[in-house]
Formats: sequence, structure tokens, C-alpha cells
Amino acid sequence: MWDHEIKAMASSHALIASSLFLATVVPAVLVQGFSVYGTHLLWLYSVSGTVSLVNISVFWLLGVSPPTKKHSLGYKLSRLFRSCIYFLLSCLFYHTVVVLYGAPLIESALETFSLAVLLTSLTTLRCLCVLGPNVQAWIRVFSRHGAMSVWDTSLQITVACTVVGAWVGAFPIPLDWDRPWQVWPVSCSLGSVIGFLTGLVAAPAWIHYHRKQLTYKCK
Amino acid sequence: MKRLLILSLLLWVCVVFYVGIYLFVGGFLLVRLEVNRTSTCGDVLHPGEEQGDFCHVKPRFRRAVLLIIDALKIDFARFDPTNATPRHYENKLPVLEETASSRPSHSRLYPFRADPPTTTMQRIKGFTTGSLPTFIDVGNNFASSAILEDNLIHQLGQIGKRVVFMGDDTWESLFPKKFYRSLPFPSFNVKDLHTVDDGILQHLYPTMVSDDWDVLVAHFLGVDHCGHRFGPDHPAMADKLTQMDGVIRSVIERLENDTLLVVMGDHGMTDTGDHGGESQKETDAAIFLYSPSPLFPKLPFQSEPDVVPQTDLVPTLALLLGVPIPYSSVGQVLLPLFPPHGQTEGAVGGLSQLEALWINAKQVNRFLKTYSGMAKDIPAESLSKLQDVFSRVSSDYLSTVGKGQTPSPELAASLQAYLTSVRDTCRATWARFSPLKMAAGLAILAFACLLCFILSELSCVLIRENVLRAPVVAALSVGVCVAAGQLFTQGYIEVAWCLAAAALSSELLFLWRAHRVRTSVVAGNGSKAPKRANWLTLRHLLVPPLLVSLLRCASLLSDSYVIAEGRVVTFLVFSLSLYIPIHLNWDGLLLPPSHDPLKPAGLLPSPALSPSAVRKESSTLVACLGLLVGSLYLSLSFHGCREEQGTCQPSPFLSPLSRLQDNKLKNLHYVLSLASLGLWTYLLRRWLRHYGNLNSSGGTVFTARVILPLLSVCLGLHWAVSATPEDSFRNLADLISLAQLALPRAAFCLLGLGLLLIWLDPLTVFVKTRTVAPARGSSLPPPRYRASTGISPQAELHHLIPQIYQRMRRSLEDGELSGGAELDSRPAVEAYGLGTVYSAPLLLFCGLLGIGLLLLHPEGMALSFLLLLLQTGALLHIHASSTALNSLHGAHSGGFDVPWTPVVLWSLAATQFFHATGHLPTFPSIQWNAAFVGFPGGHTGTILPASLVTLNTFASHILFAAGCPLLLFWPLVCEVRGSRGVRAVGEDGEDAVMEMRLRENPQQFSSALLQLSTRYLFILGAQVFASVCAAAILRRHLMVWKVFAPKLMFEASGFLVSCVFLLIGVTLVSRVDMAVGRWFKRLLPDESR
Ligand SMILES: [Zn+2]
Ligand SMILES: [Zn+2]
Repeated sequence: MWDHEIKAMASSHALIASSLFLATVVPAVLVQGFSVYGTHLLWLYSVSGTVSLVNISVFWLLGVSPPTKKHSLGYKLSRLFRSCIYFLLSCLFYHTVVVLYGAPLIESALETFSLAVLLTSLTTLRCLCVLGPNVQAWIRVFSRHGAMSVWDTSLQITVACTVVGAWVGAFPIPLDWDRPWQVWPVSCSLGSVIGFLTGLVAAPAWIHYHRKQLTYKCK
Repeated sequence: MKRLLILSLLLWVCVVFYVGIYLFVGGFLLVRLEVNRTSTCGDVLHPGEEQGDFCHVKPRFRRAVLLIIDALKIDFARFDPTNATPRHYENKLPVLEETASSRPSHSRLYPFRADPPTTTMQRIKGFTTGSLPTFIDVGNNFASSAILEDNLIHQLGQIGKRVVFMGDDTWESLFPKKFYRSLPFPSFNVKDLHTVDDGILQHLYPTMVSDDWDVLVAHFLGVDHCGHRFGPDHPAMADKLTQMDGVIRSVIERLENDTLLVVMGDHGMTDTGDHGGESQKETDAAIFLYSPSPLFPKLPFQSEPDVVPQTDLVPTLALLLGVPIPYSSVGQVLLPLFPPHGQTEGAVGGLSQLEALWINAKQVNRFLKTYSGMAKDIPAESLSKLQDVFSRVSSDYLSTVGKGQTPSPELAASLQAYLTSVRDTCRATWARFSPLKMAAGLAILAFACLLCFILSELSCVLIRENVLRAPVVAALSVGVCVAAGQLFTQGYIEVAWCLAAAALSSELLFLWRAHRVRTSVVAGNGSKAPKRANWLTLRHLLVPPLLVSLLRCASLLSDSYVIAEGRVVTFLVFSLSLYIPIHLNWDGLLLPPSHDPLKPAGLLPSPALSPSAVRKESSTLVACLGLLVGSLYLSLSFHGCREEQGTCQPSPFLSPLSRLQDNKLKNLHYVLSLASLGLWTYLLRRWLRHYGNLNSSGGTVFTARVILPLLSVCLGLHWAVSATPEDSFRNLADLISLAQLALPRAAFCLLGLGLLLIWLDPLTVFVKTRTVAPARGSSLPPPRYRASTGISPQAELHHLIPQIYQRMRRSLEDGELSGGAELDSRPAVEAYGLGTVYSAPLLLFCGLLGIGLLLLHPEGMALSFLLLLLQTGALLHIHASSTALNSLHGAHSGGFDVPWTPVVLWSLAATQFFHATGHLPTFPSIQWNAAFVGFPGGHTGTILPASLVTLNTFASHILFAAGCPLLLFWPLVCEVRGSRGVRAVGEDGEDAVMEMRLRENPQQFSSALLQLSTRYLFILGAQVFASVCAAAILRRHLMVWKVFAPKLMFEASGFLVSCVFLLIGVTLVSRVDMAVGRWFKRLLPDESR
């Protein structure tokens, strides 16, 4: 049971990670003049789009998402609609937080919003996939005894890694080194992607080494 | 409560910190007094011609060209033809060696030794004044960097020489309006190798060809910037030096016979291209002298100097160009440039060697006399020795010259020796870091931080022991011993070392005693041992608040972060405050737990848990977080700008109203400021009234009711008056000027009176004795609303503390008597405002102080002060809510410990508002206007303006330090609100006890107060330690005198001020405690009669 789930998680994480690499490499081959710094926004969208798609398909195939009580089309549609709304709201939320953290308010608003989209597709989208559009459940998951399955634990780890990565990514900005990756928001998005990759690796590893201690309540 | 022990412990910790700072600063910051006298042509320096004016003697040279190549190291200038594989910086200036060897009587190349600090600005000061500039030249006008000391440029201008300058714009700020013509180019961008040089080259040759100049100064920066960017051993350096070679060649071609050329570097560079310190690589620059007419004696001169000190340039140039030597110069003329005695009559003209030396010696002696009359930092014995030498030499000289004899070579040698010893004496005093003192200061500071940490962690144990006596005794005895030893061996006492020995010994003794106390406690209660024993493990130290504090300290080690400090601190405050709800949620305390049917009922957490209370606390917390984040964001818009921040615009609120031109904007600003002032006052009064502190008739209440509003009215009027344009009300001019004087002074008086009243009578408790005995507190009909006392019904309901007295009495009388009947027969006592008896005076104190400090700021800062109040309130409420959430779930262990998170937030907020009130850690940004508030005519002394400016600069440090004990009180103040959901208020008296809990547990109160203050001191002290480390480690950094040294001074002075006001805050708390104790005593016999 344990091994099976961890294996599934590891392979799905490997899939997501490789899709991240593909999202960086493929446009570089196809699109002229593509580079992570130079055409940063393009890279951002390519990464967030790919991660979203792969995430959704992986979780749909694995069937991790919470069981729905009704199976009517209308209910599913409304869930889909709510998920979209939550996705947008989460983008706005991240945008606000980033601006409050000191990002420029008006100039480079597009860059800031793109970063918010990236963060949303790396964190909120996974919440949506695992927990469904239920904010209460999201808040509950991020507590010590809140995880109810290995997927919840992996969600905790990846989200924390991503957010901390983006936070750490802000550190080099004030330095006067004049490097291309210090331009807003390159270092933050790089930080969050690196954090996300770390989380993808760390989550199955951590669960594997702590599988004795982990006990999950039933739903 | 052990008031005296706490106060003396804190005082001792502060003193230890002070000693550490004093020692380090004494070793690092070299201080020198500026002599603001100037030499004139009339100075009688010649013995022969008493009336003569030597400016009219025909000088040796009419014109001079000074080519300053920044960071021209001597290694760059030397040429070694045997070197087959030169490095990038070697053999790139062949012109110097070629000229020197082909025309030996026309030119020379010498090493040119700079004195530390080897930074460009200090060096320019050095080779124009001839002195040894230190980091702080006292007497300098901090607001601008202009040189006020006598200097070569000034002297040249005095005599009518046209000085043309081009190059590094540092000169323009050092000599504003002193040049006949000036072409400054921006020097700030280190990465830009060419702007300055190309700018100079565009204008240099045309200027030289034209006849519109006498002295031409050109300062090239390319070599220095190339060093900073690539280091010396880089192809770019080769290009740059080759370019300079070409420049020197073309300048030499264009020289005329009456012109002297000086090519020199201001300092060298290390192998990494840095400079600032005192290693030989940094100090040894090159100097090259050339003239188309013969300059040096034909035969090799008998005493060719190996190295030319930089101070020597000034007297040499002055005498060669025929101007008086600047007053404060301590240099010595460069003898080979003057003809030996008896050869002056030739074509060369000018002074002979001996004459030059004599003029020089006389000037140096005059300066030394003036300086020793002003300052005492040159040791007296060496002064008197120098004086003796001078009087002997001068009598020799006068007798020789008077008799018309040919002077002996010994005379010149003794004059030279005198000049050299003066310079060495001055250098020993001014231009030498003292690494030993710096190290001692660092060690004392490090131990002091450790000690603060230990004191805060073990406060509850240490407060029971008498830990202070031994260290203090040790300090005194060791200090006296060291002093006696010094007196015995050296004959005089060096105070710094006595203090250092005393501080170190007392610190070490304290640490040892703390260690012993801890081990004995661990041994004493075995069960608690593991919990106490591992309090210093890594896991314990790496909690997020301390991590944030560590990040903040680390950020002081980077110049970019120091420059962006305001934003960095805001970022950290934001991060740490977001951490609070996330951490609470992680512990499952933020949301009421969902009911879990599977869980056995017995395992449910404490019975105090109620979902509605939890929800209420959480929503308070989130709302306050929103307020906090909002004020954080808004506070960013009040920042000033450093010159290093290129595109930054200073906040429009920073300029005083009187400077605003647009009338509408002015009115808008005024109304905004007034509204914030009014809100500040209203919020304070509203809080006091809410907790029933405005009912009695004591001094504090009088202050809150009368003085606080009066003070704000005064301030508002003062703003209005000072903002009126002077020409609009001509006929009221007298009245306006009177009001400008009277209003701020009245405000100062009111402030003083208010603070005094709070101190004298801090109690805000109103006792109401009732003859009708209540059976139980809650069964009473609610007391009638009385508007005159300002009690709202809600306040009556929640904040009357009827049972206090009974509880106190019961605990005092051992509670053996059966309560019921006794209680009924006695009149009950209601005490209004007893629940906030500690916090109310402190809050009022800080509020009053805030208005007083606002008086010293520009009007627009009222908005920022309001943000400060709101943010403080939000912080306190977040702290209270998280404490309540912890305790609601039974997770809190009791006691009044304030955790690290709010303390770190509190200290970061102090720095944040330092920036958000328009201050910056740089000297030009000090708001000097503060010194003239209420004193528009200026001052006579220096203490009053200095303290006004200090109060202005460290306003936020002062407010946060004085208000620090509020962190201890706030969870208690908010306690009623938290537990109301559980039990009805008044049903049980225990709910409404609030701050009386402190009174009931004096032991815990003392230890918590001590812990809170030492935690605050620890965080501030760690910051000081970090900036001290930055200054010590980065002595060589390009930015050390621009960023790190000013930051160190601001951090250290901020710490001193914070310490003082933290002590004042704690003293006020103990004063209140004393008054409360007396109040209970007075009440008790009264009632038992
Ligand atoms: Zn320089
Ligand atoms: Zn430099």
C-alpha cells in the first residue's frame, strides 16, 4: 500500500519535473531568440501552462481528487467553474501579496501578474487538483495533523518549498551586481521553480523515510 | 517585584554594551578637530623682512598642471625594460621613466605614500589641506561635505590665481564655488570606466592651449574604476594605462617654461583592486614632477627621498607657486625642488632650501600651538618636547641669518627632523587604526550579546539569585587594579583599557555564575532537567524569528542591503508577521477544530475551548494583520533617498509646508497632517476612556484630559504659523514671529509638565465605595451611566473590577474567614481602570512623547506617525490574539513570557519607522531643522541643539524602546475579550483581573519584565554587533566611509538612545508598581477599620 503510493507519487513527480524541463528546452529549440532571461515572460507562461496541464492530467489519471457525491454534469460543470474562479482569485491574491512585499505597483504590473500566475499554477492548482475548490480544506491541510493522505503531505511539502523559493528569490534583487537574473521578476520565478523542483524531489523522499511515523486519519 | 534588581541588571548590561561600542569606535573612527583659521599673505614667517608680504615675491612657477590619476599605484608607474613578460599593469607608462632618465634635471618619479583612510575623498582632502584627514573631522559641517579647513585651492583663489578643474565630481562637492571654471563629471558609477576620462580629454587640451588659467586640476577616474571592476591584472587596465601614457605625453608637449606638471595617484590598490586600508599596496601611489625649465639641481642631490609622504605636496606646491602654506598643513617641503642656499640669485628665483624649511617649520609650529590649545588628543609630553626642539632650532636659525653667516647643513637637517617628528606625532594620533582596541570592543560586544541571551533565557532562575553583586565588584576591582598598574608602569592612565578590563572581567564572571546557577537548577529538579538543559541547541536557536533577526544582521554586511535598508526591513517585518498566522495554523490553533465523532470524548482538548471564541480571536488576528500590512505598505511612501539610489524620488511629505508653492497642495497637506494629529490624540484618549482610566482626578488623568489635547492644539497652530508665507500677512509679522517662538516653547513646557505629572502620580484608578453591599458582582444592577466621568455602559460592564479588593484582602488575610457574611456587611469597592493600571500611564507617556517628537519633524510626518501608532496597535493586538489562541487551546503554560516573534517584530518596526520618518543612516540626511524648532534665532550652546537633533533622528527608536513593556501588558489587557465567549463576565471575578495578575505573581512579573527587556536589548545589540563586524571586516571596501562607517555610527547611537529609553520605560513600570502597592496598603487599613 505504502510502496505503491510512494511509487505512484515519485513517478508522477518525475513526469511533472521532466515536463518542466521540456517546457524550457522545447521553446528554446522552436522559437528564435528564446532564453530564460531575455524572453522571461514567454518562459514563464510556457512553464506555468505545461505544469498546469501535466498536473491536471496526472491527478485526473491517478484519481486523487476527492470523491464527488453527485455525478451530474451540472455539478461537475459548477465545480469546474468554481475552480476557474478560484484560480483567478488566487492569481489576484498572489499579485497583491507580491505588491505588498514591495514589487512596483504600476510599472511592470504585467511581470508581477505573470509571477502570480506562475505561483498559482505551482501551488493553488495542485490544491485544486488534490482537494477540490474548498478553501476550508486548503487551510486545514496546512496544519500539523491536517494531512489525510500521502498526497496531502506531498502538497504541504511542494507548496512550502515553492513559496519559500520565491521568497528567497527576492534576496538578490537589491544587490548591485547587474546580472540579467536580478531583473524583476526573474530571480523570484526562478526561485519558485527551483523550490518547486526541490519539493517534487523532497516529498516522496521525505514520506519514504518517515513512513513509520506517518498515520493518516480516515476522511 | 524586584524593581531595583531588574533596573540594575539592565543598567549593567547597557553599560557593558556602551563600553564595547566605545572601545571599538575609539579604535576604528579616527577623530580630529578642524582648525578653522586660514593663513594669509600678511603672516610674518620671514625673519628678515618683518613687513614683507611674501605673496609679492616672484614665485618660482607661475602656473601648474595637476594630473591626478586615481589609484595610480607606484607599480603602474615604474618601467622595467628587462621585464620580458610584463603583466597587464606593468610597463604601461613608459613616458615617466623615459622623461626621468633622459632629462634628470627636469623630472623625477617618486613613490607617493598616502595616509589611511585611503579613500578618494579623504585623500583629496589630504593633499589639498596638507593635513591627515580622518573619518570624522569634528567641526566639519555634516550637512555638506565641503572642506572648511584652509586649503591650497582656497589660498590660490585668495591670491587671484585662476583654478580650472575637470574630472571627478567629488572635487565639486568638496570645493563648491571655489574654482574659476569647473567641469565635473559623475563619479558614482564604478562600472563606468570612460565617462570621466573622456570628458576631461575633450576639454583638457583646448584649455591648456588657451591662456585662461593658472592652475589646472584634472582628476582621471578610469584606472580606479577599472581596478574596482576587473582588478589590476586585466587587459582593460593595460588599455587604460596606455591611454594615460598618451595623455601625459600630450600634456608634456604643450607645457610652457613657467609651468610645473605634477602627475600623481591619490592612493594605490590591492591585488583585487580595492583600497581604503593601510597596507602598503594601498598607500603607495606614484608622483611624477616635471617642468620644461630645469627643476632639480644638476648633480645628484645629497638627500634624495625614498618615499614622498602625501602631506608634503601642499607646502611644496604652495611655496613653488608663491602662496602661503595652508594653516593646518603638517607636511614638509620637498627639498630637491628648492635650490641650495646661495644659488637663489640665478635664473630660477624663489626661495632657497633653508628659507623654505624655515617658513614651513614656523607654519607647522603655529598650527601645533593652535591645535593643542583646542584639543587634548596629542600627548602633552611629546608636545612639550616638540616645542623645545623648535625653540632651539629657531634661535639657531635666527642667530645664523641675523649675522649673515652661511648656515651649516646641520641646521637644515634639524629643521627637517623637527618637521618629520611633528608629522609622525600627528600621524600617531590621527591616522592609525588601533586593531587591539577594535578586537577588544568586538569581544566585549560579542560577550554582551551572549550575556543578554542567557539572561533572557534564564530570567526566572537568575532573578532569584543575587547574580549582579559579584560581577560588579569584580569589574570595579579589576578596573582599579588595571588603572593602578598603568599608573605604576606608564605614569598615566588610559581609561579605555581600564574600562575594557572591567567590562570583560564582569562579563566572564557573570557567564560563569550563570552556568553554575543553571547546573544547580538542573541538578535540583531532575524531571525538568532535559527541558532546561538543551536550551542552547541549534534547533532551539533556529526558530523563524531569530532567523529573521539573523538575516537582518547579515544584511548589515552588504552595502547594497544597507543602502536599501528601509525596504529590506519592511520586507522582513512583512514576512515575520505572515509567519504568525501560518504557524498558528500549522499548530491547528487558528481554526476551531472540526468535530470529530471518531475521537473519544476524553481526548478533546481543554474545556476552555469554544469555537466562537477561537473564531473571534482569529478574525481579530487576521484583521490586525491586514492593518499591519496596510501600514507597512503605506509607510514605504515616506522614505527619503540616499545619493546612491539613482532614480529614487524622496517622499513629498518630507519637505516642510513653508516650502510648498502650490497653495492647494499646501492646504491639503496641512489638513492631512492635522487630521492625523487629531486621530492620534483621539485614539489615545479613546483607549484610556474605554478601559476606564479617565475617571479619577490624579496627575496622569489630568495629563490625558487637558495636557494631551492642549499639546496637539499647540502643535496644529504651530504648523499653521510656520507654514504661512512671510509676505502674505505683512502687518501681522510681529505676531507671527512671536507665535513661532512661543508655540513650540509652550508645547515643550506642556510636554515636560505632562511627563512630570505622569511620573509623580501614575495611578489612573478611580475607587468608588458603595454603601449598599452587593451580594455578588454580577447580580448588581449595572451602575448608572455618568457622562461626566466618561464611562460608557460597555466599559462599566467589562472593566469594573469589583472583586479585586476582596481577592486581595482574602489573599492577604490568608482567607481563613468564611467569606459570605463578612462580605455582605462590608462596603464593596469598585475600581475603575485597575485592569490597565500599568499600561495606561506607559501608553500615555509614549503618546505624549510621540507628539513631542512629531513637533521636531516636518509637518507631513504626522501621517507617518499615525501609521506608527496604527502599526503598533496592530502588532500588540496580533501578539495578544496569538497568545490568547495559544492559551485558549491550553497550549500556553502560564507565566507572562513574551515570545521572540513579537519582540523581533517590535525591534524591526523601530528600524522601519526610522526610515519611514524620512531618516537615513547618512550624515547629509540628518534633519538639522529640528534644532531650530522653538529657537528660530539659533542657539548659544551645543547641548540643546544636539539633543533636539538626536531626538528627531531617533524618534522611532525612542518610541519603540519606551513602549517595549507594552508587549508584556497587552495580552492581559485583551484577556477579557478573549474569555468572554466562555464564561459571562462578572460571573466569576477571575475573568476580569487583567493586569492585576501581574500584581498577584510578582515573581513571574519581574522575570517576564527582565526577559522582555533583555530580549529587546539582545536583538538591538546583535544588530550593533553586526554593523561593528561589517565595519571591521570591510575596512578595505570601496563603500566603507560612505556606507558602513555612517551605518555603524547610526546603529550605535540608535542603540544608546534605545537603551536609555528602555530603561525609562522599565523605570516607569516599576514606579507604577510602587504606586499600586502603596495604593493597596492605603486601601486596606481604611477598609478594615
Ligand atoms: Zn581614489
Ligand atoms: Zn577607488
